[in-house]
Amino acid sequence: MLKGLCRKALGKALWVYHANTGACNGCDIEVINVLTPYYDAERFGIKLVGSPRHADVLLICGPVTRQVAPALRRLAEAVPNPKLTFAVGSCATGGGCWFDSYNVLGGANKAVPVDFYIPGCPPRPEAILYGVAFALGLVPKKIAEERLNQETLEELAQGKSILTGK
Amino acid sequence: MFLSKLREALICLKAGRVTLGYPFTPHEPKPGFRGKVTVDTDLCFGCGGCANVCPAGVIVVSDQEPRQRVLEFYWARCTYCGKCEEVCPEKAIRLSQQFETATDTPQDMYMRLEVLMGPCQRCGRCFPPPTVLDRMMKTGFRNSSEGGRA
Repeated sequence: MLKGLCRKALGKALWVYHANTGACNGCDIEVINVLTPYYDAERFGIKLVGSPRHADVLLICGPVTRQVAPALRRLAEAVPNPKLTFAVGSCATGGGCWFDSYNVLGGANKAVPVDFYIPGCPPRPEAILYGVAFALGLVPKKIAEERLNQETLEELAQGKSILTGK
Repeated sequence: MFLSKLREALICLKAGRVTLGYPFTPHEPKPGFRGKVTVDTDLCFGCGGCANVCPAGVIVVSDQEPRQRVLEFYWARCTYCGKCEEVCPEKAIRLSQQFETATDTPQDMYMRLEVLMGPCQRCGRCFPPPTVLDRMMKTGFRNSSEGGRA
């Protein structure tokens, strides 16, 4: 549904408002890097705007600190619907090293609803471009939840050695 | 003025196209890049050294059942420092070259590994093989029940 909405409502160009909520500037530099002619996110109509009221996309970097959380909530309200929210970097996706600190909320999704997560510390510019292209429906998702098992004792008893593999 | 503009135009013409065609053409990272964490299930013996050194507390070790140790990777907050890779005695844990990890569901950034362990004959709890990592293990795991870490 989100994809359909994305194609219909935001098909032409995504205007991005970039919010730093306590990031170390690494993610910000990579976001700026994406806008340079080498990576050229303007191919997809992506452009930084100065006001959240002009934006379609809210780009959040950083673990949301307790100080900035109310401001971020107001910011998310200021972006007109339909909107997308991106969490860029390990801090915004899961809190990073500070996920259980007293002074951060630990991830953008604790403060505002987040649509797309781009992990990385900082994410490569290509990874950010991939996230944008994924949001636009240009590329498939490449990761999934993993549940791995070692072979059980019964399987080992049947002669499946660890060294020979499955 | 005009000549300098002409020179700029010439430079631009000579440079040609510089933009990457990235989302449509692959662009592999250089060797040494640290991407998404992967574990070789056959090699891991569950010593928990990676959990001890992880600065972001990505890896949570828990002994839920006898003969089984569960390593949970909440790698949404992974900082890709590569310490787990350095400390792993079996080279089971690796930071792969995969960087295309954008997703729309946070549950995708989770990995769970169940490791078979030899239980102690007396108390029934898991114990790892005696290795050089034993010393490191004495500081205790970042367990989900201890210290409130995730």
